[in-house]
Amino acid sequence: MKIAVCVKQVPDSWAEKKMIDGKLDREGVDAVLNDLDEYAIEEALAIVEPLNEAAGAQLHTVTLISMGPDRASDALRKGLSMGADDAILISDPALAGSDALATSKVLATAILAGGFDLVFCGTESTDARMSVIPAMLAERLGWAQLTFAGAVRVNESGKEIEIDRSTEFGVEKITAKFPAVVGVIEKINEPRYPSFKGIMAAKKKVIEVKSLSDIGLTGADVGKSAAWSVVESATARPPREKGVKIEDGGEAGNTLVDYLLEKRLV
Amino acid sequence: MSALILIDHADSQIAKSAGELATFAKRLGDVTGLILAGAGQEEALVAQASKIALDKIIFIQSDDFATFSLAAISEAVSAQVKALAPKALVIASSSRGKEIAGRVAIATDSGLITDAIDLDSSRKSTQSVFGGSFSVIAEVTTPTAIITIRPSSIDPTSDEGAPIIEKISFQASDRSKLAKTLSSEPAVKGGRPELTEAKIVISGGRGTNGDFAPVEELADLLGAAVGASRAATDAGWYPHTHQVGQTGKTVSPQLYVACGISGAIQHRAGMQTSKTIVAINKDPEAPIFEVADFGVVGDLFKILPQASKSLAGRKS
Repeated sequence: MKIAVCVKQVPDSWAEKKMIDGKLDREGVDAVLNDLDEYAIEEALAIVEPLNEAAGAQLHTVTLISMGPDRASDALRKGLSMGADDAILISDPALAGSDALATSKVLATAILAGGFDLVFCGTESTDARMSVIPAMLAERLGWAQLTFAGAVRVNESGKEIEIDRSTEFGVEKITAKFPAVVGVIEKINEPRYPSFKGIMAAKKKVIEVKSLSDIGLTGADVGKSAAWSVVESATARPPREKGVKIEDGGEAGNTLVDYLLEKRLV
Repeated sequence: MSALILIDHADSQIAKSAGELATFAKRLGDVTGLILAGAGQEEALVAQASKIALDKIIFIQSDDFATFSLAAISEAVSAQVKALAPKALVIASSSRGKEIAGRVAIATDSGLITDAIDLDSSRKSTQSVFGGSFSVIAEVTTPTAIITIRPSSIDPTSDEGAPIIEKISFQASDRSKLAKTLSSEPAVKGGRPELTEAKIVISGGRGTNGDFAPVEELADLLGAAVGASRAATDAGWYPHTHQVGQTGKTVSPQLYVACGISGAIQHRAGMQTSKTIVAINKDPEAPIFEVADFGVVGDLFKILPQASKSLAGRKS
């Protein structure tokens, strides 16, 4: 079985983000592997590891796929140190400014060329937060969509997968034959920390960097020129006005209620 | 053809968002509401949808929507977009709504905007990004724009339409039958409102030490939703579906009360557009106080019960 995991390098979600000329300023903040993608990597590894152990050979693999600038290889290296086998980075100057429609096209093209059985994704990136890439990949690939998975059960020999889809609407059990796009949510597992051994091993693993033409696309398919929406303006929100701060001298609970009533908030 | 809205529903009840979507879509002209449902639900759903400001309702009936869910729904909606070529398809921002929007955008070669908080008559949308620190106005350049709108972004108009009703049936293609729903358990409504729709949200963080009882008590007195910081959900103290922040939900209620939450940007990004923010924290230097309209330095286990008692007393 071959599993691909789509990952993205994003600005650290614990850091402040700014916009410059209507685009996210990616230079000013630390770039990290998207938190939510770690759950997808962990789940893929948790599926292949017992199968490989039973087989006594590395028959089942996990490949990371990312689209981004060359420095996104740092995020891929982290995923490799968790235990993924190899990685593909689609990097091309023409990709700058790509929207979700273009990004999904690039990822779907790379996935199709790789002959994968399953594709795992995190539910969203912590920068764009659109949460649409897994569904878009399913639509583009014509594969089953199994998203918002809080639990995944894979029957490797039967080439079947079942998930518990867990959303604000409830829990659904959904099943599909391979190939499928699987989106996972945070409660699915606890991603491992890369071990020292894993970090050392990752240094020797291959990150294959491909240009757009390497995967058979052109600049006209992607990037800002192909984006179907344009940003007219991006304005920083004015800072909040300084509020009141009191120390609890034993009556703060009552004072708080007075404040809420006075402001007609309750 | 001016605008289409997708009317979400559960248990034969149309979603509250339908009126909000219709109010926005009306700015673009005539509005047609799409209702996709299985047999037997037509009467109730159409009757409810007739009470919102629509010019037309298209009821699409198929049992495939329950069995094949998102792929089948997206296929049926895409077919309507292709046939009617609306200026916009407007959908409520939810896990499901955004997925449908994404699939329809691909299937119809349409530009996509998610999580808009406003939409004007020239089809420009406003999004609040990076936890509300930036406001972005964007325009879709394709003939149809697919736009998802956050719940409670507008007060729905009280105008009632007198919609024309059209009924069609639908069968999903094989391509949309790849993922099959085996069973479905609706979310248990704990009597509390949905986090992103609530007018008041009371959240707990590390300072609760895992005891959310005082947070829940105050929430129930106020009819509020309960939120949690990432520290609290990571510790397993509260379900991750209640996480507010950069990696969780974004909320923008009238009143947000942060209890024992330090207010790292991770959390602030999910709540700083709330109209009024109250913070209770032991640490006077906690960054949450930078965004709080009313801050209390002290022990939440003393302050919350006192506030609840006081409120309960004044209510009775």
